[in-house]
Amino acid sequence: MRRQAGTRTGRLRAVAIVALVVAGLTYLVPGLPTYYVRVIDMVLIYVLLAAGLNMVVGYAGLLDLGFVAFYAIGAYSYAILASGQFDIHLPFALVLFIGGGLAGIAGVLLGIPVLRLRGDYLAIVTLGFGEIVRLLMNNLTWMTNGPQGVSRIDEPFLFGAGLNTPQDFFRLLLPLVLVALTLAWRLERSILGLGWAAIREDQDAARGIGINTTIAKLLAFGLSATLGGFAGVIFAGLQRFVDPVSFSFWESLTIVLIIVIGGLGNLVGIVVGAAVLIVVPELLREYSEYRMLLYGCALVVIILLRPRGLIDRRYNPAWLIRKLGWR
Amino acid sequence: MTGFLVQQLVNALTIGAIYALIALGYTMVYGVLRLINFAHSEMFMVGGHVGFFLLAAAASLTGGPASVLVVFAIFVATFIAVGLLGVGIEATAYRPLRGASRLAPMLSALGVAIILQNVVMLFVSRRPLPFPAFMLSMSFDVFGAVVTLNQIFIVLFAIALMVGLGWFVNATTLGIKIRAVSENMRTAQLLGINVNTPISLIFFIGPGLGALAGILYAGYYGIVVFSMGFIVGLKAFIAAILGGIGSIPGAMLGGFALGILETFGGGLLPRLTHGAIGSEYRDIFAFSVLVLVLIFRPAGFFGESVTEEGMVYKRDF
Repeated sequence: MRRQAGTRTGRLRAVAIVALVVAGLTYLVPGLPTYYVRVIDMVLIYVLLAAGLNMVVGYAGLLDLGFVAFYAIGAYSYAILASGQFDIHLPFALVLFIGGGLAGIAGVLLGIPVLRLRGDYLAIVTLGFGEIVRLLMNNLTWMTNGPQGVSRIDEPFLFGAGLNTPQDFFRLLLPLVLVALTLAWRLERSILGLGWAAIREDQDAARGIGINTTIAKLLAFGLSATLGGFAGVIFAGLQRFVDPVSFSFWESLTIVLIIVIGGLGNLVGIVVGAAVLIVVPELLREYSEYRMLLYGCALVVIILLRPRGLIDRRYNPAWLIRKLGWR
Repeated sequence: MTGFLVQQLVNALTIGAIYALIALGYTMVYGVLRLINFAHSEMFMVGGHVGFFLLAAAASLTGGPASVLVVFAIFVATFIAVGLLGVGIEATAYRPLRGASRLAPMLSALGVAIILQNVVMLFVSRRPLPFPAFMLSMSFDVFGAVVTLNQIFIVLFAIALMVGLGWFVNATTLGIKIRAVSENMRTAQLLGINVNTPISLIFFIGPGLGALAGILYAGYYGIVVFSMGFIVGLKAFIAAILGGIGSIPGAMLGGFALGILETFGGGLLPRLTHGAIGSEYRDIFAFSVLVLVLIFRPAGFFGESVTEEGMVYKRDF
């Protein structure tokens, strides 16, 4: 966090480049064929999910293999509160907060009993928790309609306009993702983020110098879960249909993979990771039968060649922004 | 009522025996490498398929159901074949990552699991294959429950294998080396043990036992399918945790314990709640057991008491 003396032009240049890129994307992407926009929407949703999980795994160093549970809670919140299921039709913005809130509470509830656990034990418990949530979604048929899922979910309305095409969702997701990433970035550099880094490096020493590891860990679980919940609500609004199949252990793993392959803890890596992990299977759709096989091979090869992820920790957003001219 | 309970017990022991055999693979690998070998569930599945093909080949050669000797030979052949597969996987996908972060080998294992599942799905069969019965279908009436010869065989055979493994690990030099390396790899190296040999052996025996479990399972339920590894493997993993991951007797006990918990839990829940909670909750039961064990006694039955500091083997990533 050293700050070299910068020039005003340098900063203006960086801001201008970023603004130009964002504006360009906002203008160009909706012009692409709907299929591409849909894929980009999914990439953005996964960036949101990965940004959330990154707080727990990348910053605080707590391996969570059941993150999909919070995604599911968010999605089912919207499915139940805005559809024909119980004939409740709450507005999208309200459910966004309800879903995020419920997921956040669930995150804290998960965090409390696992405070004492570390490493693999923590990973396994979170895995179990994720599976339990999925099985509950599958079996509590009176609430969630079980394996058939909830369909005919309301179209989300935001600021009076309906969001029914992938392009609409792109215009919602892009600013949201940017805000989320910025918040995550700032959080990493805040006191809380420094506390997380201390916990990641050596939890006992962190405790020793007076960091309240309990609060820090609970906040990590809660905040990450809230982001996951947000992503879930948006996903439900985008797809207008939810079923337990979309919330399996496999999803949790995909999100973990995005973070690991992209480069742990690195927000630039998350974007790259999400892009790779969502786009590549889509590209391989032609070989759809062999898709998963190639996926598995690619996974093993990437891990063997670059166990620390594709993007090194050095190339984080600060590096990126400095490259653009902000000093 | 007695009949019902005895029946549940027999069913529980049968599935528990299978879980125990698979759990041994998980526990041995974790004990030595601190690696959750996600690919192990696929060894179980591959074993079932290898057994399927060998039995089919034997049947086509002799024109009839296989004799005891042939079945035994098939068991041995499957054990060796899948064992070698396990050794190969360790050498290519895990050994290069031995010094890397904790997460990397786990993800590599995941990749291997995906590869194995898809290879079988694409190149063997997408649909379930009917597994020939290699056992005479005889059944006995025990206190009102129906016990098949198959079930008795599974339980006894599994126990025999476990006793064999226990003997091997306690009485032979190689076995003692395995235990040494599991307990503390550094010290074992200092004592002059080449750790690669015990590790490779673990990856031979573990998958081998899993493969035999696969044949037993397939013979019991009558089918093999490329997806059979996932849920059974996960449950066996829970069994290993229940028994104390890293402990061989723990895995054995944990397997049977989980079988009992799952069968009685799943079987009694509908009766207790008058149908409110059905036996689909069997799986939730198993996962809840997992979560509860890890929260209240992470060491399981036989694991060394795990302290908070002890859980951190080395820096995670």
